[in-house]
Amino acid sequence: MKEEIIIRISQLIKRFPVGKDEFTALNGIDLEFYKAEFAGLIGPSGSGKTTLLNIIGSLDVPSKGLVEVLGYSIGHLSAKEAAQLRKEKIGFIFQSYNLLAVHTVYENIEFPLLLLNIPSKERHKMVMDALEWVGLNDKMNSKPPQLSGGQSQRVAIARAMVKRPSLVLADEPTANLDAANSHHIIQTMQKLNQELGTTFIFATHDEKVISYLRRKVYLLDGKVDKDDFVVDLNGTKS
Amino acid sequence: MIRFLLKGLWRDKSRSRLPIIVVATGVMLTVFMHAYITGFMGDTIEMNARFSYGHVKVMTRAYAELSDQIPNDLALLDSDKTLASLQRSYPELEWTERIQFGGLIDVPDVNGDTKAQGPAIGFAIHLLDAQKGDVDRMKISNAIKEGALAQHPNEALLSDDFARKLGLKIGDVFTLMGSSMNGSMTMYNLKLAGTVVFGVEMMDRGTVIADIEDIRKALEMQNASGELLGFFKDGYYNDDRATKIASEFNASFKNVDDPYAPLMKSLGQQGSMGQYVEMAKVWSFYVSLIFIIAMSLVLWNAGLLGGLRRYGEVGLRIAIGEEKIHVYKTMIYESLLIGIGGTITGTILGLFFAYLLQRYGLDISGAMEGATLMFPTVIKARITLTDYYIGFFPGIVSTVLGTALSGIGIFKRQTASLFKELES
Repeated sequence: MKEEIIIRISQLIKRFPVGKDEFTALNGIDLEFYKAEFAGLIGPSGSGKTTLLNIIGSLDVPSKGLVEVLGYSIGHLSAKEAAQLRKEKIGFIFQSYNLLAVHTVYENIEFPLLLLNIPSKERHKMVMDALEWVGLNDKMNSKPPQLSGGQSQRVAIARAMVKRPSLVLADEPTANLDAANSHHIIQTMQKLNQELGTTFIFATHDEKVISYLRRKVYLLDGKVDKDDFVVDLNGTKS
Repeated sequence: MIRFLLKGLWRDKSRSRLPIIVVATGVMLTVFMHAYITGFMGDTIEMNARFSYGHVKVMTRAYAELSDQIPNDLALLDSDKTLASLQRSYPELEWTERIQFGGLIDVPDVNGDTKAQGPAIGFAIHLLDAQKGDVDRMKISNAIKEGALAQHPNEALLSDDFARKLGLKIGDVFTLMGSSMNGSMTMYNLKLAGTVVFGVEMMDRGTVIADIEDIRKALEMQNASGELLGFFKDGYYNDDRATKIASEFNASFKNVDDPYAPLMKSLGQQGSMGQYVEMAKVWSFYVSLIFIIAMSLVLWNAGLLGGLRRYGEVGLRIAIGEEKIHVYKTMIYESLLIGIGGTITGTILGLFFAYLLQRYGLDISGAMEGATLMFPTVIKARITLTDYYIGFFPGIVSTVLGTALSGIGIFKRQTASLFKELES
């Protein structure tokens, strides 16, 4: 079966103004990502991984080149269309969880569904499913300050996954977690990737995360340094 | 979605209760200050109107020219006819006759020799006829310190301090020595019915208040009045209306070449009251304006900080897929809710405190000793219609503007920058 390309990046350049000069964060990136990939952008600080993740997530636009995500050309989207793309098809997981502190776990997970105007009954079922995936049903009425770091990140995963997006972008998702929680979090995402076929792209330099990745895109100074696929025993890229 | 946002607003005290308290405090101070300034300025004007100037005053042209000297020899003759004519022509005003006079109060001993003496300023009013309204208007019943209101002819009231200095007791007889309308010296005996304290330094120093008929006899002013005073029925001086009425009245005597022809002056056209009325208007306007601007800046800043503090949350909501305009709108709606809540609370509190000051007043008599101007020694607020809505400008407009301004950053910033702020 032919693999479905969901992200196509061609000759991507991203420059930022720094005083009177410009800093080139991404310098001629060519990449393709496939449906249900569990991939990571790996590199040291300043290598351009977060910038690339932001552009894929339509939070930023390319200075030059083509970035096509789920059939949408990122550079040509209006703010409204970009918001629509993120709302419907992309989930985000942040390093510092970014949960809404005054809302309960249930309400935090429900929030993306409210933006999609999903009816309340269906919404409830979807939230409960998401809680089930991350194993936090007993914490649904807790508020973020009452949760541990690992639990908070699981809520963030549930929030990203609840709308069943095609793509989840995770920026250093384990940076604030201990080893046990990091493994737990990655395993949770790996399970969702396998069960739901959601594409996961990480920006990371955490070895624990890297060890779980099936594709490792190494970035250095805004360029792709190496692109490693884990090859299955039957010889196909996974 | 609305429920979700309202829940967030309600639960986050720093987003709801704290800003509401800040807005309510600002609005309360604005409302209270406005009522206080209106009361203070208005009180002084009304006090001068009640005791001396009226809202409008009719006198002869000659009397008006020398009014500082209270020249009763130039008083209006047949004043009852003029009064009746004024009552017919200007029914929106309550009219009354008044004679102001100066004289010497002489207190005799048992032998009839002078025991004590002092200069007095006198007010001849309808003291025995409560129906005429003077007793109420001058709040004489409230001012009685000892004794009672005059009930019979030839009874009079003296300022309490003055009576004590002269050694007079209730029921004692004293002699008013003065100048009659015809220029001759006159002496008239009056009995002290009561003493009064008005809380106005100038009135409480050496005042005698007697019935106008007694003073007419004393000063040989049969059917004459120094002045006819008109008061607006709502009890408050309106400079524009008063000036218009005076102009109309005077226009009808334009072609009469007679120094004894009647002349009407508004309170603002008499003595230094014009300056005071102007000053009151300007002060009231500027003090209110400065206060409103100051409060607006405070509340604007509060709205601004409230908005800026939420950039992280805004970044998250945008990352999740909420449109910038939707985030912006919800921030504005939130600030509108806070503005309305705070303004209503602040207006109620401001009106409550203003009411207390209006009802009970603040006694500043200690600071007014020796004052030569007719200033009230009890400061009172006055609640007007404006106080019910004046707080809405700083309360709602500033809060919403502050939030709107901080929210513009949402549009100016690149989405990725907002996103990045999440991680910082």
